[in-house]
Amino acid sequence: MYPARFRYEAPRTLEEAIELLHEGQGEAKVLAGGQSLVPLLKLRFAAPELLVDINNLTDLGYHRIEADGTIRVGALRRHGELERAADLSAAQPTMAAAAPLIADPVVRSRGTLVGSLCHADPQGDWAAVATALGGYVVAHGPKGRRQIPVTEFVTGPFQNTLAYDEVAVEAVMPPPTQGAVVHGGFLKLERRVGDFATAGAAISIELVGDRVARAGIALTGVGSRTLHAAEAEEALTGGVLDGRAIEHAADLAAGIAEPSSDHRGSADYKRHVVHTFVSRILTRIAQPGPGRPGEPERTAA
Amino acid sequence: MTSLFEEITETDEEVPVRRVTITVNGRKRTADIEPRLLLAHLLRQGLKLTGTHTGCDTTNCGACTVLFDGQPIKSCTMLAVQADGHEVTTVEGLASSEQLSPVQEGFKEEHGLQCGFCTPGMMVAATALLAENPDPTEDEVRFALSGNLCRCTGYQNIVKAVLWAARRTRGEA
Repeated sequence: MYPARFRYEAPRTLEEAIELLHEGQGEAKVLAGGQSLVPLLKLRFAAPELLVDINNLTDLGYHRIEADGTIRVGALRRHGELERAADLSAAQPTMAAAAPLIADPVVRSRGTLVGSLCHADPQGDWAAVATALGGYVVAHGPKGRRQIPVTEFVTGPFQNTLAYDEVAVEAVMPPPTQGAVVHGGFLKLERRVGDFATAGAAISIELVGDRVARAGIALTGVGSRTLHAAEAEEALTGGVLDGRAIEHAADLAAGIAEPSSDHRGSADYKRHVVHTFVSRILTRIAQPGPGRPGEPERTAA
Repeated sequence: MTSLFEEITETDEEVPVRRVTITVNGRKRTADIEPRLLLAHLLRQGLKLTGTHTGCDTTNCGACTVLFDGQPIKSCTMLAVQADGHEVTTVEGLASSEQLSPVQEGFKEEHGLQCGFCTPGMMVAATALLAENPDPTEDEVRFALSGNLCRCTGYQNIVKAVLWAARRTRGEA
């Protein structure tokens, strides 16, 4: 399969990239890891006139954990690099649990976290993680930088709120509550490695003593976009993570799921999976034990 | 110099062409290509390196896996123009003219293939794994190969072949 014909530019600076996008007047696309965009081009679901490859902007290939715990991920940081980052797995359990479950290992060599947020696939993983962590995207355009919370960034299936001449240069996960211990997990049901999520849940819990100082819960694969389980978060905040609280939060989270019945399962089944995942991750946090890949482990921040 | 540009010309409209230089299996190759040409197609049709297979052409199967600057990638999901100035290793680049690589030898010893279609991608992905982790567990081998699909073997002998190659590389086989 060949993509439709396009003009290709690989600028050396961000300013040049933005200029090209501006010139493109909405008919240009940014190419980063390409693990979603190239398939879309090949299937001709997308046929931009201009492709702006940002892979030469090597300054964007970073992730950083700042002194206060803020995590910054540049637009060229690949999934595989995040998966192998020891500092990240020590500091951020939700991201650490999700990274090895993104697509498959070969795709992870190339694809990027920021690109995944921009692609805004309703079955994508990172948008759920970033939503649970209260993350935001830094967009750079002709007028400078702005921050867009992930909950406002992803607006629908494959839709984000970037202007046509903006580059998403960074994803940021804000620092945890001072003095809190950060817990979290990410679980995804997939029929085989690399398939889209049948259902998935990303959770972050910050505990001060035995009280929940902050809860973040988001769902993937069970709606037309990433779903933010705000009511479930509110119900947990300020309380103790006991069996009753966990059951109530799982009910609320499953309640906002809007799955459709398809070859991956019935709507009822997917809602049930959401309930199970939310309850399983929270139970693990409340009663830590030896972890398995994709399951949360107790981590100090 | 290789030109793929005639093969994919469909209309009279102006065709953008780029000259790229890519180090493929240690050798610098230059080609004039359309930016929409996929790396897998440049390798197979332009450079006649047909060891790299295209299976699904939709980023699922991993038969087209090659090393890009040492990392395994799906060459059907990268534009050839993106490889300009980079290093690509295909399955043909794993062996020297005299000797099979340990991974290739492992596939022979442990009968790690049946139809052979997925084999180049499997070998390249396994080579990348062993470069990073010379002593993987069976689980780690299965995890590392989970982006490469095989419809014949049930994976059993592929996993054995990679474990054999790991032992050989460590001087234990």
